[in-house]
Amino acid sequence: MMFAASEVTEAAVALSSGWFLEHAWLIPIIPVIGFAIIILFGKRLPMKGSEIGVLSMLGSLALSAGAASQWIARVNGAAEGQFITPVVRVWNWWQIGGMKFTIGQSIDGLSIIVLVVVAFISTLVQIYSLEYLRGDRRYTHFFAALTLFSAGMLAMVVAEDMILFLLGWEIMGLCSFMLIGHWWEEGANSRAALKAFFTVRTGDIGLLVGISMLYFASNEWTTKELGLSGFSIRGISAWALSGEPGSTVILIAAIALFVAAIGKSGQFPLHTWLPDAMAGPTPVSSLLHSSTMVVAGVFLVARLYPVFFTGFDILGTGSNLITIIGGITIIIAAALAFVQNDIKKVLAYSTVSQLGYMMMGLGAGAWTPAVFHIFTHAFFKACLFLCAGSISHSASHHSFDMKKDMGGLRKFMPITFTTWIISTLALCGVFPFSGFFSKDEIIDNVGHNGYNTFMIIGLIGAFMTAAYMTRATYLTFFGTPRGAAAGEHHEEHDAHDAHDAHAPEHDTHAASGPHESGLLITVPLIILATLAFSSGLLNATPFGESWERIKTWVEPSSAVVMTAPSDDVSSLASGEEPAGEDGHHKSPCGSETPEEGLCYAPQLNHAPFAWSKAAVSLIIVFAGLIISWLLCVALYTRKDKRLVGLTQRNAVLRSGYRLLDNKYYLDALYENVIVKAITGPIAAGAYWFNQHILDGILHAVAGMSRTVAGWVYRNIDQRVVDGAVNNSGKATRGAGGVLQPVQSGKVSQYGALLFSAAAVAALVLVIINT
Amino acid sequence: MEMLRDANWVLSVGTFLPLAGVVLLLGVPKANEQMIKMVALLTSIATLAVGIFTLTKFDFDKAGSMQFVAEHEWIPLIKSSYLIGLDGISLPLYILSMVITLLVVIYSLNHVPDPGNPKAFFILMLVLQTGMAGTFIAQDLILFFVFFELVLLPMYFMIGVWGGENRQYASLKFFLYTMFGSALMLVAFLALFFKTGAESFSIPFLIENGGAIARNVQIWIFAGMFIGFAVKVPMFPFHTWLPDAHTQAPTQGSVILAAILLKLGTYGFVRIAIPILPEAAKAWAPYIGGLAVVGIIYGSLGCLAQTDMKRLIAFSSVAHMGFVMLGISTLTSFGMTAAMFGMVAHGLITGMLFFIAGSIKERYHTLEIKRLGGLLKQLPHLGWILGLCSMASLGLPGLAGFWGEFPAILSAYSPAPGLNETLFRVYMVIAAIGTVFAAAYLLWLYQRVAFGEPKPEFAGAAHGHGDHSHGDDHALEDVNKYEWISWTPLLIAIIVFGLMPNLLFKIIDPAVQGVLTGFKG
Repeated sequence: MMFAASEVTEAAVALSSGWFLEHAWLIPIIPVIGFAIIILFGKRLPMKGSEIGVLSMLGSLALSAGAASQWIARVNGAAEGQFITPVVRVWNWWQIGGMKFTIGQSIDGLSIIVLVVVAFISTLVQIYSLEYLRGDRRYTHFFAALTLFSAGMLAMVVAEDMILFLLGWEIMGLCSFMLIGHWWEEGANSRAALKAFFTVRTGDIGLLVGISMLYFASNEWTTKELGLSGFSIRGISAWALSGEPGSTVILIAAIALFVAAIGKSGQFPLHTWLPDAMAGPTPVSSLLHSSTMVVAGVFLVARLYPVFFTGFDILGTGSNLITIIGGITIIIAAALAFVQNDIKKVLAYSTVSQLGYMMMGLGAGAWTPAVFHIFTHAFFKACLFLCAGSISHSASHHSFDMKKDMGGLRKFMPITFTTWIISTLALCGVFPFSGFFSKDEIIDNVGHNGYNTFMIIGLIGAFMTAAYMTRATYLTFFGTPRGAAAGEHHEEHDAHDAHDAHAPEHDTHAASGPHESGLLITVPLIILATLAFSSGLLNATPFGESWERIKTWVEPSSAVVMTAPSDDVSSLASGEEPAGEDGHHKSPCGSETPEEGLCYAPQLNHAPFAWSKAAVSLIIVFAGLIISWLLCVALYTRKDKRLVGLTQRNAVLRSGYRLLDNKYYLDALYENVIVKAITGPIAAGAYWFNQHILDGILHAVAGMSRTVAGWVYRNIDQRVVDGAVNNSGKATRGAGGVLQPVQSGKVSQYGALLFSAAAVAALVLVIINT
Repeated sequence: MEMLRDANWVLSVGTFLPLAGVVLLLGVPKANEQMIKMVALLTSIATLAVGIFTLTKFDFDKAGSMQFVAEHEWIPLIKSSYLIGLDGISLPLYILSMVITLLVVIYSLNHVPDPGNPKAFFILMLVLQTGMAGTFIAQDLILFFVFFELVLLPMYFMIGVWGGENRQYASLKFFLYTMFGSALMLVAFLALFFKTGAESFSIPFLIENGGAIARNVQIWIFAGMFIGFAVKVPMFPFHTWLPDAHTQAPTQGSVILAAILLKLGTYGFVRIAIPILPEAAKAWAPYIGGLAVVGIIYGSLGCLAQTDMKRLIAFSSVAHMGFVMLGISTLTSFGMTAAMFGMVAHGLITGMLFFIAGSIKERYHTLEIKRLGGLLKQLPHLGWILGLCSMASLGLPGLAGFWGEFPAILSAYSPAPGLNETLFRVYMVIAAIGTVFAAAYLLWLYQRVAFGEPKPEFAGAAHGHGDHSHGDDHALEDVNKYEWISWTPLLIAIIVFGLMPNLLFKIIDPAVQGVLTGFKG
C-alpha cells in the first residue's frame, strides 16, 4: 500500500534467506488490512468482525513462524561467530531537506523472537475474547482495536528505521487508550484511559528528543560509511560502537530514549498508569498490559542496545540509570502487590516488577537473559491474566476482588487452577518452570558483570514475588469461598467489569454458582500453561551450551564486520574470531574501537552456570513461598489474633501500610499537584494574561486612537484643513456609511488613522536609512 | 530561478473563475435560493476542476521552478506588474484553498447560518476564494498585497453578519488587527522597493537584489513584514483576535479561517520575508523561534483553560502554528519543508475540527464542554470522527499532523549555520513538551465530550441507549449526507497524507530548496 516507490533489496550473499524472511513486512500489513475490514464492514459480518481479527492474527502467526524457521536455517548455515546480517528491505517513504528516507523491515533474531511471541499471544487472546466478550455492546470495535494494536506492535518490531518504530509505538498507545476506555460510559474507565495515554506520552518527549539527537549526531557518519540515514536502526547501532560519537551526545540521547522506555514499560516513577489500566477488559490486560505492549520500552532498549551500551558504559560501571530505575521498580512494585485486593492489580504490579527485571538485566549487560525473559514472561503472565478473567467470567460474577468474591475456587475450576499454579511457579522462578531459566539468568549475569547490589535486589525481588503470588493464590483458590464465589448474588456490579450486556448471563451463572469456563477460554489457558512450563528449555543454560538455543538464534554476534565503503551492505564479510576466556568469543566491539570494519553489537559476557548459585536463589524462592503460605493460613483462615489488624496497631507497620496503600503518594503528586496545577491555576493564569493583559493593551491602544482621532477630527480636520480635505473626508464618511449597519463608521476612522500612520512611518524609515 | 511559461492561462482562470460566479449570482433573484446554491456549487466545482487540470499540467519533476508564469503590465506608474506563477510551495495551498471552498459550499447547502441570505453569503465566499488563490500565485508584492487585503473584507462581513452573539466586537477586532499588520507590511514593501532602486515589485527580482541591502536596514524592513505576517499566523502575542474571530464566526468562516487564512501569514514568511531578506531573517530567527515555542506552550495552556469547545480549537491553532513557525525559524530546508507540510496538515485537521464543532453546535445548541457528554453514545459517527481528528491533531504518527509536527521539532536540533544551536535545542525540548500538552487538551476534551453518558438535558433526545443499531428513531441526527460529502475528502486526505507523506514532500521539498538558495551565497 504505502510502498509504491522503488525497491532496494539487500540480501546477504553467503547467508541463506527465504520468502518468509524477505516478506516479513507483510506480518504487520495483514492486521492493518484486517483492521480496515473490521472497521468498515465488521458489523455486517456473521461474527461481527471477530473472525477477521482472528484470521488476520493467524495469518501473521503463520508468516512469523515461517520467518522464524528460515531465520534458524540462516543462523545454522552461517560460520561460527559470523555476524548474521539482518534481512532488510526498504522503500522510499518521505524526503525532506533534499534527503530521502525509507520505510522497511530489518529482520534479525530479536525481531523474530518478539514477532513470534506477539503474533502467538495475540492469536490466543483473540480466540479467548470470542467467548469472554460475547454480547458486548462494542464487540466489533473491540476486535478492531485489538487487531490494530497487534499491527502497531508488529510494525515496531520489524522496523528498520526509527520513524516506523515511532509509528508502531504510538499506534499501540492509541489502541491502549481505546481498549482501556472500552467501557467508557464509566467515568473511571475513561479517566484510566486518559491517564495511560497521557503518562506514556509524557515519556514520549524523550523518544522525540532521542530520535532527533541520534539522527543529527549520526546522519553524516552513517551516510558516509553505510549509505544509510540517521534514522536507520542498523546505522545508529554501528555508529554507536564506532568510537565516533562524543560521550555527552550519546549519553543524553540514551537518557532521553530511556525516559520513553520508562513511560511505556511502566518503570518507576511513571509506572502509575499500568495498574489503572486494568480498567480495560481482561484480554486487554493480558495482551497489552502484561505480555506485549508494555515490553515495548524494554524492546527499545534491547533494539538500540549499542546506544545504551556506549552511552552508559554498561560493562564499565557497577551502577547506571537503567539498573537503578529497574532495581527500584522491582522492589516498589512488588511491595505494592502485597496490599492489593484486586487480583488483576496484583498481576499488574507483578508485571511492573518483572519489567524491572528486564530493564535491570539490560542495564547490567545481561542482554540475552533479558530478551529471553520477555519471551517466557509473555506466556506465564498472559496465562495468569486469562486465569483471572476466567475466574471473573465464570466464578466471581465479574468481580476481581479476591477478599470479597473469591476463595476455595480450586474445587470448582480445576483447569483454571492448574494453569494458574503452573504459571505462578514459572513467575516465581521455580526449577524447571520457564521463569527459572530467564530470571535466574538475569540475576546471575547481573552479578557476574559487577552489579552486585543489583544482584541482591534481584534476589530480594524473587523472594517478594514468591510471597505475593502465594498470597494471591491462597486468597483466590484456597480457604473458604466468599461472596460471589460462594454463590451470593450481587445486585450491584463491580465497577471493573460492568459490561451490562452480560447481565442476563450472570444470573444463570449466579444461580449455578462458580464453575469451569468454556473451551474457548480453557484451551488458550492450557496452551499458555504448557509453554509457561516448557518454554524455558529453549535456553536452558544449566544443561549445557547445546541447550542455549535462544542465545544462538537471537543474540547478535559481536564480530567485526569488514565493509567496503559502499552502500551495499551485502558485501559484508565476517572477521577474525579470536577465542576468549570462558570459551566465549572475544571481540573488541563495545570495549574499544575496531581499527577496521564495523560492529553492530557489543561483545557481551555470559556468566557460567553454577548450581550453587542457582540453589541460593531457589532456596530464597521457596522461603518466600513457604513463609507467605504460613502467614496466609494464619491470617486469613485461622484469623490469628496476633496478625489480624497488626497494621493498625503497630505504628511503624501502620505508616508503612499507609504509604503502600497510597501508592507512595505518586498518584497524589501527579494528579492532585502537577495536573491540577497546570489545568487549574497555570492554565487559568495564562488565559487571564490573554484576556486582561494582551487584550487590555489592545483595548487601551484602540481607545487612545479613538480619542486622538476624535481630537484630530475636531481640531485639525474641522478647523485647519476643513476646506482642503472636504472631499476626501466625504469619501471616508461615505465608506463609513456602507459599513454603518455593522460598525457605525469606526472602521473607517481606524483604517484612515492606521494608513496615515503607516505612510508616515514608511517615509521616516526611508529617510533614516538613505 | 527557472520560469516555465507553458499553459500560463490556467492560473488566471482558476483564480478569477469564482468572480465570474459572483457576477452570475448578482443576476439571480435573492428569493431563488435553490438557484443561488446551484450557481455557487457549480462555480466552485468548476474552479476545482481547473485546479485539478493545473495539477495534471504541473511538471512535478520541476516542482522547484515557477510554472505557468504569466506577466502583463499592470500599474506602470509604480512599476508593479501582473506577475503570477506557481511552484511546489504554492501548489498545495492553492489547491487546498479550492478544495476547502468547494467543501464549505457543499456544507453550506443545508447549513446557511442565521440570518440567512444565502446570496450574499455565497458571493462573499467566492470573493474570498479569489483572494486566497490570488495570494498564493502572486509573484509581485503589490499584487500580493491586493489579494491579501481582498481576503479581509469578505471574512469581516462573514463574521460581522453571520457570526455569534459577540460578532461585532470580534469582526472589528479581526479587521483592525489584520489591517494594522497589513499597514506595516505595506510600509515594509515600499521601503524594500525604494531600497532596491525602485525598479520593480517582482518577487524574483527582489530575491535577487534584496540580499544587497545593508543588514540593519534589512532588519527594519523585516520588522514591518514580521508584524504583518505574524498577526495573520497568528503568533504570540499578536494572536488575541483569533479566539474571538473563530468563536464568533459561523462554521464556514471558522473552517476557511483555520484552513487557509492563517496560512497566508506563514506563506508570506516562506515566500517573501525570508528569501528576500536573508540577513534579517538570520537576525530575527531566534526571536521568531522563541515566540513560536512560547506560542506552543501558551496556546496549549489557553486550551486547558477553555470551557467552550470552539474556543479551545481556536487556541489549539495558536499552538499548532507555533510548530510551523518553529520549523520556519530554523531557516533550514528541513524545517521549512516541515512547516509547509504542517500548514497543509493543520488546514485539513483543524478545518475538520471546526466542521465538527459546527455540527455539534447545530445539534445541541451549545458548545459548553460541561453540558456535552456521551457523544459516542448519542451520535457515534460524529464521535468517531472527532476521535480521529483529535488524534490527528495531537500528531499521532500515521496521520497527517505528525509530518508537520515531528520534523519541525527535529529540525530545531540543527538550525541554519550562524544560529545559536543551544538556544534552538532548548526550543526543541520545549516544543517536544508541547506535544504532551496537545495530547492533554485534546484527549481531555474528547473524554469530556465523547465519553460518559449523555447529560440529562439531552439524554431524551436520542432513543436506543447503548445500542446504536441502525434504524433507530434518533431525534438528534448523526452525520448527515451533506456532512459526509463535505468531510470525507478531508478525512481521506488526513489518512493518506499520514501514510504516504511523500505525496506532499516531493512537491514541497525542491521548491523550498529553491527558496533557500539566497542563503548559500
